[in-house]
Amino acid sequence: MNYRSETQELIMKKDTMDTPVETNETKKPKKDQEYKIITRNLDVFYGEFQALKNINMKILPYSVTALIGPSGCGKSTYLRVFNRMNDYIDDFRIEGDVIVDRKNIYTEKIEIEQLRKDVGMVFQKPNPFPKTIFENVAYGLRIQGVKDKHFINEKVESSLKQVTLWDEVKDNLKKNALALSGGQQQRLCIARTLAVEPEVILMDEPTSALDPISTGKIEELLFDLKNEYTIVIVTHNMQQAARVSDHTAFFYMGDLIEEGKTTQIFTKPSNKRTENYITGRFG
Amino acid sequence: MTSRKNRNNRLKDKIFSVWGIISTLIGLILLVIFIGDIIIEGIHRIDWDFLTGLPSRKPEIAGIFTAMMGTIWVLLLTAMISFPIGVAAGVYLEEYGKKGRLSKLLEINISNLAGVPSIIYGLLGLEIFARIMNLGSSILAGSMTLALLILPIIIVATRESIKAVPSSLKDASFALGATKWQTIYLQVLPASFGGILTGVILALSRAVGEAAPLIVVGALAYVPFAPKTPMDEFSVLPIQIFNWISRPQHGFITNAAAAIIILLVITFAMNGVAIYLRNKWQKKIKW
Repeated sequence: MNYRSETQELIMKKDTMDTPVETNETKKPKKDQEYKIITRNLDVFYGEFQALKNINMKILPYSVTALIGPSGCGKSTYLRVFNRMNDYIDDFRIEGDVIVDRKNIYTEKIEIEQLRKDVGMVFQKPNPFPKTIFENVAYGLRIQGVKDKHFINEKVESSLKQVTLWDEVKDNLKKNALALSGGQQQRLCIARTLAVEPEVILMDEPTSALDPISTGKIEELLFDLKNEYTIVIVTHNMQQAARVSDHTAFFYMGDLIEEGKTTQIFTKPSNKRTENYITGRFG
Repeated sequence: MTSRKNRNNRLKDKIFSVWGIISTLIGLILLVIFIGDIIIEGIHRIDWDFLTGLPSRKPEIAGIFTAMMGTIWVLLLTAMISFPIGVAAGVYLEEYGKKGRLSKLLEINISNLAGVPSIIYGLLGLEIFARIMNLGSSILAGSMTLALLILPIIIVATRESIKAVPSSLKDASFALGATKWQTIYLQVLPASFGGILTGVILALSRAVGEAAPLIVVGALAYVPFAPKTPMDEFSVLPIQIFNWISRPQHGFITNAAAAIIILLVITFAMNGVAIYLRNKWQKKIKW
């Protein structure tokens, strides 16, 4: 299959580029403290329906972790567990542990607002506020009560620079954000998330509504961002997962089928279903 | 066979469209006749003296000043009372209320309240505001009664406008660490404000035309002076019109027609503003 060979080529290239890759056997088990996010025996229900079944997974800091799987497999639900965005769903119920930065975010007393500042999120469809470009980026600071104009100005500029949007909009900061193109809007949404200085960034199919050029820009961005942030990305695009992620987890019908280094998942998956999915035989 | 069936269907189509045109015209023609009749009868009576004149036994010198001032007072107070309560209730039901049996019950009852005859509200106002709260037949008692009357409309309009705000906007706000109130205040309300305002204005323009509940509360047909405080006695345009029409002298009929024109102008102007605001907001916010 053409598709497969393309993906594998990508992986090979990446393999040679990367610093020596440790194989699974030689890798020493890491301590839990070294992980950014840990889920243990996680079950998620919507009413009677079980959306996630006994998920055990650990996510390393300063890396990109891709969640893949067919629609309805639970990957978006899983992503939204980390910043508790599922809480608004009426019959949402969760069991098990979700530990972000050594804190159990569902049982310990945490401020949900603080959690969401630490764990930012970028959505599938660009959703800028119907305000100016400047106010979109400043929003997160303003709701925290930041009044220092100088600080806000600087933060807006540096955030927009981080997403390489500054040069395109610096003369139009007062323009309504909805006038930007889709790709620019999505980068603005990322800048808005960066402005509140998160440690983890969750991305829910961030490029599925964008053209290939905008997609490329955002993927490039991910390479820079992972030096400073922990990134978890849901994607339907196998090549994207192969290109941008260090680790990949494959979900199917609410189960975590397989997870591991992206190179390993895409070249020698240990589960037949994983192989079928990434080679495009179903899903 | 098929062609006959087709012809048959086309005939039905024609018949229905003609029936539709006639039905539309009936309403329109009646409205034109009514307005034309009123204008012919009353337009020549409208002048500065009519607008600023006090009520009188003689139709030639009677004016609508006290009734008009009463209407303006009632309108402002009703708006001030019903707007914050109605919007707050709408926000609560849409954003905070748990979607359980209780909220279903509330929802059904609010819809029912919108259909309760206005005179019933008058009786309620008479008992609670005029008697128990001892406000008497004041503007305040009348306004509170009308506020009750239009609350269901405002609540429903608020909920509909809030429902139309895309959830992606709320998600974005929450994901940045905003509290529920910040999200409502900074995103949801600004985005739905056009719709809310339209609902409030349309509700108020209904309140402007109400006579029955105010009569029950004790508004008077004859008030010698324009009200100065919310505790004063008052009259409103519909009551003035009702009073004039029931007089035998023809001069008062002319006065009534003239007052109706003024009332219509106020109502149409308010509806116009509502439509303008709705269009303006719809154009401004696009997703």
